[in-house]
Amino acid sequence: MLRRNIKSTRSFSITASLGKWTEIPLAPPDKILGISEAYNKDSNNKKINLGVGAYRDNFGKPIIFPSVKKAEVLLLEKETEKEYTPIIGSKNFQNLVKNFIFNNSGKDPNGEKLINEGRIVTSQTISGTGSLRVIADFFNRFYSSKKIIVPKPTWANHIAVLKDAGLEPSFYEYYNTSINGLDYEKLIESIKSVDNETIILLHACCHNPTGMDLTNEQWDEVLNIIIEKNLYPMVDMAYQGFSSGDPYKDIEVIRKLNKLVVDGKIKSYSLCQSFAKNMGLYGERTGSISIITESAEQSQSIESQLKKLIRPMYSSPPIHGSKIVETIFSNEELLNQWLTELNEVVGRLNTVRTKLFEKLDGSIYNWDHLNKQRGMFIYTGLSQEQVIKLRNEYSVYATEDGRFSISGVNDDNVDYLADAMNKVIKESK
Amino acid sequence: MNYFPEIKELPPDPLFGLKARYTKDSRSDKVDLGIGAYRDNNGKPWILPAVKLAEKKLINDDSYNHEYLPIEGYKDFVVNAGKIIIGEESVAIKEDRIVSQQSLSGTGALHLVGKFLKDFYHNKTAKIYLSKPTWANHNQIFTSLGFEVDNYPYWDNDNKSLDLQGFLKAIEDAPQGSIFLLHACAHNPTGLDPTEDQWLQILNKLSEKDHLPLFDSAYQGFASGNLEKDSFSIRTAVDKKIFKAPILICQSFAKNCGMYGERVGAVHVIPSETNEKLNNAIASQLKKIIRSEISNPPAYGAKIVATILNDKELFNQWQEDLTTMSSRINKMRLKLRELLINLQTPGTWDHIVNQTGMFSFTGLNPDMVKRLEEKHGIYMVGSGRASVAGLNDGNVEKVANAFDEVVRFYAKSKL
Ligand SMILES: Cc1ncc(COP(=O)(O)O)c(C=O)c1O
Ligand SMILES: Cc1ncc(COP(=O)(O)O)c(C=O)c1O
Repeated sequence: MLRRNIKSTRSFSITASLGKWTEIPLAPPDKILGISEAYNKDSNNKKINLGVGAYRDNFGKPIIFPSVKKAEVLLLEKETEKEYTPIIGSKNFQNLVKNFIFNNSGKDPNGEKLINEGRIVTSQTISGTGSLRVIADFFNRFYSSKKIIVPKPTWANHIAVLKDAGLEPSFYEYYNTSINGLDYEKLIESIKSVDNETIILLHACCHNPTGMDLTNEQWDEVLNIIIEKNLYPMVDMAYQGFSSGDPYKDIEVIRKLNKLVVDGKIKSYSLCQSFAKNMGLYGERTGSISIITESAEQSQSIESQLKKLIRPMYSSPPIHGSKIVETIFSNEELLNQWLTELNEVVGRLNTVRTKLFEKLDGSIYNWDHLNKQRGMFIYTGLSQEQVIKLRNEYSVYATEDGRFSISGVNDDNVDYLADAMNKVIKESK
Repeated sequence: MNYFPEIKELPPDPLFGLKARYTKDSRSDKVDLGIGAYRDNNGKPWILPAVKLAEKKLINDDSYNHEYLPIEGYKDFVVNAGKIIIGEESVAIKEDRIVSQQSLSGTGALHLVGKFLKDFYHNKTAKIYLSKPTWANHNQIFTSLGFEVDNYPYWDNDNKSLDLQGFLKAIEDAPQGSIFLLHACAHNPTGLDPTEDQWLQILNKLSEKDHLPLFDSAYQGFASGNLEKDSFSIRTAVDKKIFKAPILICQSFAKNCGMYGERVGAVHVIPSETNEKLNNAIASQLKKIIRSEISNPPAYGAKIVATILNDKELFNQWQEDLTTMSSRINKMRLKLRELLINLQTPGTWDHIVNQTGMFSFTGLNPDMVKRLEEKHGIYMVGSGRASVAGLNDGNVEKVANAFDEVVRFYAKSKL
């Protein structure tokens, strides 16, 4: 895209003059960042930031999970080197991810079988984004189709990441804003209409931005179409644990896929996974990709090709976050502590969600969808004008698609927020 | 159906393969001269005292958290990293001509710069010229982005010195507006750097041909122990204002902070004229690339480096640590040469002490290297590059004796 926008005579050297230099166009700023900047400048002491996708406690502050902090203190005491980790991360990290997710820590015999047969290749990556990026590059090189479908709407960065790696993303129907719910019929219809072998991106849980996930039965039906049409499932799991509060429960779709592979109904699928949200390791960039392969032999080839892709991009992934993860998983007490803390975090989000729901005026707008949505966000269904009005008149900052990050809501501001939302809705009637 | 029909298993990356063989070797006196990481005199990895102190300070600070960094990186880090490399008083800083973006260490910086050049450099057919030899990854970094890569002569094997004339001629012969990748200091793998006078000739010639200088600075402070001295080439290029082309810098803190695995680095773009609009455009395009590849760079390492650069005491400690590392390595260079001379090993060995940084290009040939590994349990890459950091008081004699044995063995067989 960019390239076409730029005149071919443009120069990034001075043989040319200043004028030609400036033909590097200004790339558009990141939307969410813009919201935070505007929020920071606002002097209203009632202002609320509902833009950021990071957890805030009941006082509106970022937290470090105490289990994570403990792991860091342990590291500070014990760490004796900061050497390069291998290109795809340490074996220990890879194994722990496999066991945690695919074997569900001893609860998924199908996943266990795949692990034992050497049919899962795992690589540490630069958090969820980096895993999407590397897998997209990999598909671009080795998969039969470059077409990939993503739900409409989806995480703002999906399209850019996939396109940049050379894939051709398009949308499948997912959500209907006029009913504030899944558009399930259209979803099925649109998946059925794509070319065979197309890659399909599935949000494992806590769909971003709508918070609306498929039911168990709906998953089965979608997976059947995937089998019939030989689509390639690529699961994006950025919020494991944020639906139920329990990371072992939030991976139903992984369990279903493992079973399909073991039953021979599908041969391969991939997972992009992130510890950004569920361990609060956002900035440490800790995540992974896993590819379920057709054989142990193919695993070796795939692993070698992943290394070849990653080595010229960044050589090896950053160790601080992965060492924290390894420390937590190697210590049962810390692991249980983390699970409890994650449960509390999700509990708070659900509590404020309910509070907000109770304070919103259901007689002027049907808010039932709030209680069906899961994860860090609520997809309000408010129009762009209403969101702008909230910002300009009430200092409530959110993205213009009406997505609110619930962690920005707390006991101190929930009344103010509900009141502002009620007013804005009333005024636009 | 086979989902990935074309896929083939590749041979392991040579360095990683070397490490695997070393690990498997059960000889108790084996020596690893392959690894590109510092070892102390006991052969152990070393966390710099400055780094440990900074970590303690950082994680006990009330404002410490794991939030996402902005796409451009941790501000305190990128700004100060720029000052470290071009000098706080640099004319480019005074004239507001530096755009900085945090990257995934040196490799990530080279990849980012490569991608940026691919999209925006005016000379669409420009080749990238790499020194011959160079760091093994350079070639793939640029070819994977679609660049055509070429070489300029660098190492004169006969004289074990810089092939300056060949270098200058390659600059002269390259089409106007080519891209030249320059090792800012501690050239990898040869350890041989141009003298200050030679740098002046090289830089002048590059600017005459309007080539674009792309500096790879992976060892600042590691070569001489002195940050300023080790950035002579870059500072000269910036200060002399001889380049019409922008100057690009890829900076890594992997080696000089001993934080290999934390992936701390930066890209600095220095246009030749002040132009705020252009700066903003460059910054925005760098961010766009980062956003679609990794969203935002890793926080921890950058915060550690920022903590060191911002605290006078920690900064002084870091300077001391740099001296500790570089002087230990220099001591090993001297020792190895002395031992080889005493053994009257055929050949000259002065180049070992004339080289700087982590590596020495020993001049041993692939057969000798192979014999070193098989017969003596000494591991180094086939090019004859030895990581001097792998030497210590406990193994240097063994290494010297082994060098002597393999050199004589092959010298004999020639007769
Ligand atoms: C759906 C989805 N996928 C992936 C990511 C990637 O996050 P990160 O790169 O921080 O792990 C996010 C983050 O917001 C997300 O919402
Ligand atoms: C010449 C050179 N450039 C760049 C790098 C990049 O290293 P890193 O990505 O670890 O910063 C290295 C590392 O060995 C190197 O030797």
